[in-house]
Amino acid sequence: MKAKVLLSLILLCGGLAAPAARAGDAAPAASPPPASCEVPAYLLTSESPLPKVADAIRAGKPLEILVIGSRSTTIPASENSSYPARMEAILKEKLPPSEVVRVSVEIQSKKTAEETASTFVKLMEAKTPTLVVWQTGTVDAIRASDPDEFRSAVTEGVAALQNAGADVVLMNLQYSPRTETMISAQPFLDNMRVVAQEHGIPLFDRFAIMRQWSDQGQFDLFSPSRGPDLAKQVHDCLGRALAQFVFDAARLEPAQQQN
Amino acid sequence: MIRPLCETTAGSLHSFNVAICGRVFEPPMTIADRVTGSTIAGAAEARPAGTRPRTAVPAITLPAIGERELRLDLFRGLALWLIFIDHLPPSLLTWFTIRNYGFSDATEIFIFISGYTAAFVYGRAMLESGVVIATARILRRVWQIYVAHVFLFTIFLAEISYVATRFENPLYTEEMGIMDFLKQPDVTIVQALLLRFRPVNMDVLPLYIVLMLALPLILWSMKWRPDVTLGLSVVLYAVTWEYDLYLSAYPNGFWAFNPFAWQLLFVFGAWCALGGARRMSRILSSRVTMWMAIAYLAASFYVTLTWYVPQLSQFMPKLIEQWMYPIDKTNLDVLRFTHFLALAALTVRFLPRDWPGLKSPWLRPLILCGQHSLEIFCLGVFLAFAGHFILAEVSGGAAMHALISLSGVLIMWGVAWVISWYKRVADKSGAKTKNAVGNADLAGGG
Repeated sequence: MKAKVLLSLILLCGGLAAPAARAGDAAPAASPPPASCEVPAYLLTSESPLPKVADAIRAGKPLEILVIGSRSTTIPASENSSYPARMEAILKEKLPPSEVVRVSVEIQSKKTAEETASTFVKLMEAKTPTLVVWQTGTVDAIRASDPDEFRSAVTEGVAALQNAGADVVLMNLQYSPRTETMISAQPFLDNMRVVAQEHGIPLFDRFAIMRQWSDQGQFDLFSPSRGPDLAKQVHDCLGRALAQFVFDAARLEPAQQQN
Repeated sequence: MIRPLCETTAGSLHSFNVAICGRVFEPPMTIADRVTGSTIAGAAEARPAGTRPRTAVPAITLPAIGERELRLDLFRGLALWLIFIDHLPPSLLTWFTIRNYGFSDATEIFIFISGYTAAFVYGRAMLESGVVIATARILRRVWQIYVAHVFLFTIFLAEISYVATRFENPLYTEEMGIMDFLKQPDVTIVQALLLRFRPVNMDVLPLYIVLMLALPLILWSMKWRPDVTLGLSVVLYAVTWEYDLYLSAYPNGFWAFNPFAWQLLFVFGAWCALGGARRMSRILSSRVTMWMAIAYLAASFYVTLTWYVPQLSQFMPKLIEQWMYPIDKTNLDVLRFTHFLALAALTVRFLPRDWPGLKSPWLRPLILCGQHSLEIFCLGVFLAFAGHFILAEVSGGAAMHALISLSGVLIMWGVAWVISWYKRVADKSGAKTKNAVGNADLAGGG
């Protein structure tokens, strides 16, 4: 038991040290993010690069981003405050003014990963994005799909997107504390992590980030409030974190940033 | 006649001698019995075992009933606490649960010990009262577990209906899709009664029900040839993996714990209880086994660490990753099973049965909980629901979380104590005829 106590202490210290380390190397952004958006560095770090995004920006080509998601990609009746819109705004601030950034959104509500992935070939013929952010897992978790089938669906989907010539970022489920005892998210989180590792693509860990905010008391995600304010704030922070994540994963130099 | 059974069993020092022994009341026994415990294979008994004690290997050996094997209770109690904590939303305490330090988790411990104790209790019943009576007793137990499952499902329905009517945060419109099944209660409830619709955290009892239903067959086969039975179990496990056997669930998907795969742990537990553990004692006491177990646990700990510290994963060879992932809980991945074996091997080595700590008052709460596992398991699931409800309605702070976890554990202990106390009183005043036939609690679980 002693060893476990020690271990958990070490892990904890690591967790606590990470945000502190982050404060030092934060790049100055045009609009300072709200304090509540703070995310530990390890949640925004990815070993996997985004070569096509990096090339596009280096060559001064427009950056086309397609977000494929579900109902949690948007806020009902406030699309402009949803995380794809916020990411677009922040990326525009971070990138040189000459750089064109376009974010489009493809919502496939109530569709499992398998159903969504089957549309990818057609979808990618219609649009030719540099980067696809594929947010999935929620519908599968609600329907308790077989995790194995979910994994192969995500694998196929990622392959289809890559074959169409896009960089891919996977985004997992929301952290939803109210429904935590009703929706089993873990197998889907695990399998998305596995697919991301196997394909060497970045995984934006929306679940862990939102849980971090909830644990640290930045947002009260238990709130039963019917107003859109909380959703807007959370999506704003998610958009910022995602923009930062894409920026870092594409290994964009701070020099480029300040052009 | 009082006789010290342990003295005569082989490999007594370091061995994985989980057989329950001690000074016990037993009818007079033959010499063969003195050597091997009470045996069933007629051939073994007929042999002059006094001269060649270890050559005659009986089909199964049953340890005598006497003192309880406290280690089993201890670890089952521990598994119950861990399952409770794992079912609560993650918090500081979650870092103490074993799933963060390796592949296997409390479920493995639970199913193994359940197999062990079930075989122990009902195996004896089968020897003493025959197959029919033992089967009837097993079915009665299955019914109890089924009722417990339905009870938990009712509580779940109450919780989910409450959330569905009270909670409309626009951030979570999508997640509220989980309530869709409330639109057709006619189908859902029937499917739940058929064990096909199982909400989150309610997967263990259906698995246990199916395993217990198979227990008469397992025991009957063990009575004949324990090793062959274990072999068949391994074959079924392999066939499950090769041909993808499963039980389907409602509305879609599969059982979260595939009984065709998880039966391996259960049967292995039964096999150990019926003498297998004793025969493995030499392997278990060897240093090679110990170091292999330690190396495996260390490696799996490292792999687990890469999940939490992604920076470490660059030191993981891609080939190993590809071979290893995914580590499948549904079908009891070999890596998980091996991890459990390694844990068990080290446990029996470093925690001897007569370890004085087992009698210490500090471990008493755990042991008490382990002794009433079905009740305490259900209570744990209920407390996890209730705790989650309080977190959502009152406050979600870390202090509240710690308080809920702690009071949950205390309540489990308190209830286990009350049940023990009641049983003691009832036994005293009740029938003295109902003695050492073994009670259902020992085999309980979920």
